[in-house]
Amino acid sequence: MSHRIRKPATGPVQLNDRTGSLMRQVGLVVLGIGCLSMLELPMAFAFDAEKALSSFRKCKACHEIGLDAESKVGPHLNGLDGRPASGLDDFAYSKAFFEAAQDGLTWDRDSLDEFIRMPKAFIKGTKMSYAGMRNPDERDNLIRWLLHFSPDGAELADANEKTELLGGSALAIEGDSAYGEYLSGECVTCHRVSGGDSGIPAITGWPKENFIHALYEYKERFRDNPVMQTVTARLGDEEMAALAAYFGTLPAQ
Amino acid sequence: MPLNRRQILAGSALGAATLAVPAISLGQARPRVVVVGGGAGGATAARYIAKDSGGEVDVTLIEASKRYYTCFFSNLYLGGFRDYASIGHDYDGLAVNHGVNVVHDWASSVDTSARQVMLASGASVSYDRLVLSPGIDIKYDSVPGYSVEAQGRLPHAWKSGTQVKQLRAMVDAMPEGGTFIMVAPPNPYRCPPGPYERISMIAHLLSQGNPTAKIIVIDPKPKFSKQGLFQEGWENHYPGMVEWIGPDIHGGILNVNPETLEVETDFDTFKADAGTVVPGQKAGMIAQAAGVTDGDWAPIDPASMRSRADENIFVLGDASVASAMPKSAFSANSQAKVCANAVRGDLTDSRVFPARYANTCWSLIATDDGVKVGANYTAGEDSIEVADSFISQTGEDAATRRTTYEESEGWYAGITADMFS
Repeated sequence: MSHRIRKPATGPVQLNDRTGSLMRQVGLVVLGIGCLSMLELPMAFAFDAEKALSSFRKCKACHEIGLDAESKVGPHLNGLDGRPASGLDDFAYSKAFFEAAQDGLTWDRDSLDEFIRMPKAFIKGTKMSYAGMRNPDERDNLIRWLLHFSPDGAELADANEKTELLGGSALAIEGDSAYGEYLSGECVTCHRVSGGDSGIPAITGWPKENFIHALYEYKERFRDNPVMQTVTARLGDEEMAALAAYFGTLPAQ
Repeated sequence: MPLNRRQILAGSALGAATLAVPAISLGQARPRVVVVGGGAGGATAARYIAKDSGGEVDVTLIEASKRYYTCFFSNLYLGGFRDYASIGHDYDGLAVNHGVNVVHDWASSVDTSARQVMLASGASVSYDRLVLSPGIDIKYDSVPGYSVEAQGRLPHAWKSGTQVKQLRAMVDAMPEGGTFIMVAPPNPYRCPPGPYERISMIAHLLSQGNPTAKIIVIDPKPKFSKQGLFQEGWENHYPGMVEWIGPDIHGGILNVNPETLEVETDFDTFKADAGTVVPGQKAGMIAQAAGVTDGDWAPIDPASMRSRADENIFVLGDASVASAMPKSAFSANSQAKVCANAVRGDLTDSRVFPARYANTCWSLIATDDGVKVGANYTAGEDSIEVADSFISQTGEDAATRRTTYEESEGWYAGITADMFS
């Protein structure tokens, strides 16, 4: 695999102007624009941080990275290099991950590459709701960037450099849970309230900001499932806040 | 744990299900909803009205079958992707978890002025609001030569159940290099991509055990749902096996002969070794009997699924005129939630929210090759209208198609839980 840094095929995804200013007000500290230049690193570890951040947009509905990152819907990703597959005490891994760890799976460039390429094929039974990153160059760059984070995530320390989750305008609204329960009728035709994620992920018990971010990703078409793009096309901030409030009250799976 | 009110009611409902209905006296104090038909529309409506009213509304579900085999995914049984038991569901969850009074009987007529549903057993049950979700009846005379008797040789298999198993056995018994014929249905009908998914599944079966067999689809329609996707898939997976013949070629279907398995058209007579005839359809009998149909189907108010003919009656799913929404389980399930919200609003002080509808139809073309089409809908003044829509693209990569298939499996688990749990 080449270690040459390729230019992105398209520019990094821009935050939507309409939602950008409100999102900045929320100031949820999750990750940042890396200040590390690839020129300061040995070539084997070089990455394009801006491009990696653009790729990481697909992960951050569930995963945090950087200083103060926590495990939420998915485990935090600091200190990933050499971490066993079920290596965090503060995250309730699925059975599949415990079994993979018992079989000796730890994270490195090769295992991450296999996993991110097609998660459900590499770890059967994973609850990670991500179909896979097809582009090998994009994967390679993202993985190098992920692996450079130390366990404390100090590589992204400066809050001013951090970006926020999408959907701040919806997050600012007090969600009407009763309205959310009515609206949830549209979701639970596919997403089971009782959990289970064979082909369709569980969406109960998510933190509000992550739930809204995920909806916005589909609405803004950063994620490509056409069913979800169609569902979210007509969800306004009030609907999103209501849904987040309702599903947030249901037990996580 | 002490029993709460709902659990006690659920227990009594279970007992009452086997008794004559008038024996129930609990309902006198509570508003009564009767739901006829325990499919995607009716089961969902019964479940949501009972669940969301928390026992405030007395819900009776009238459904003849004790075990319900879904029409959706019956094609996957046909193709060998599911076993038959996996598409069967019972009504215990509705009774036990939500206190629905499940009555296994036929609704034979409705007295709309006395607000009573008459049952085949001779009992009757009264309602404040009636939800009709009877699905389809077959218009046997819509295909010349077809009849109730003919379905023994040329099953329509369009209502799941025994005929689907029969059809599977007929395909398995075809002679080597034999011909399978489908007479496809005219619009509008239940499950627009269904006939073509069925063809895909039969082609899948034949390509494994009888690869020189042929399939001919004789279609009264000039085009069909997901046509580009299906025809691309047939060419890729079953090259040379499937021939689709539209009306501009066959010129009209003149007769089907169940004895000789011949289909006579204006163009030619086709001889089959096995076949299926999917005739035209109409709203289930009880919708006609209740007087809520106009022609074959029942017009509804798009804002609530309330019948245009009777304000105490709602009509869901295939039986209704839902304009832009296809006749599908997903549509019926979606309509049921709008209806449940409106019914509760009529009978209790619960909040009523604006109608919103959605549908997605997944189809399987071959192993791990799933496609989908879908939309969301809003209630217009006179009709349900499309807001946003999508469809799978021709030429998609294998990973996308596999993900779409896996998603359809997830949807099946989701919607059946949403109907029955």
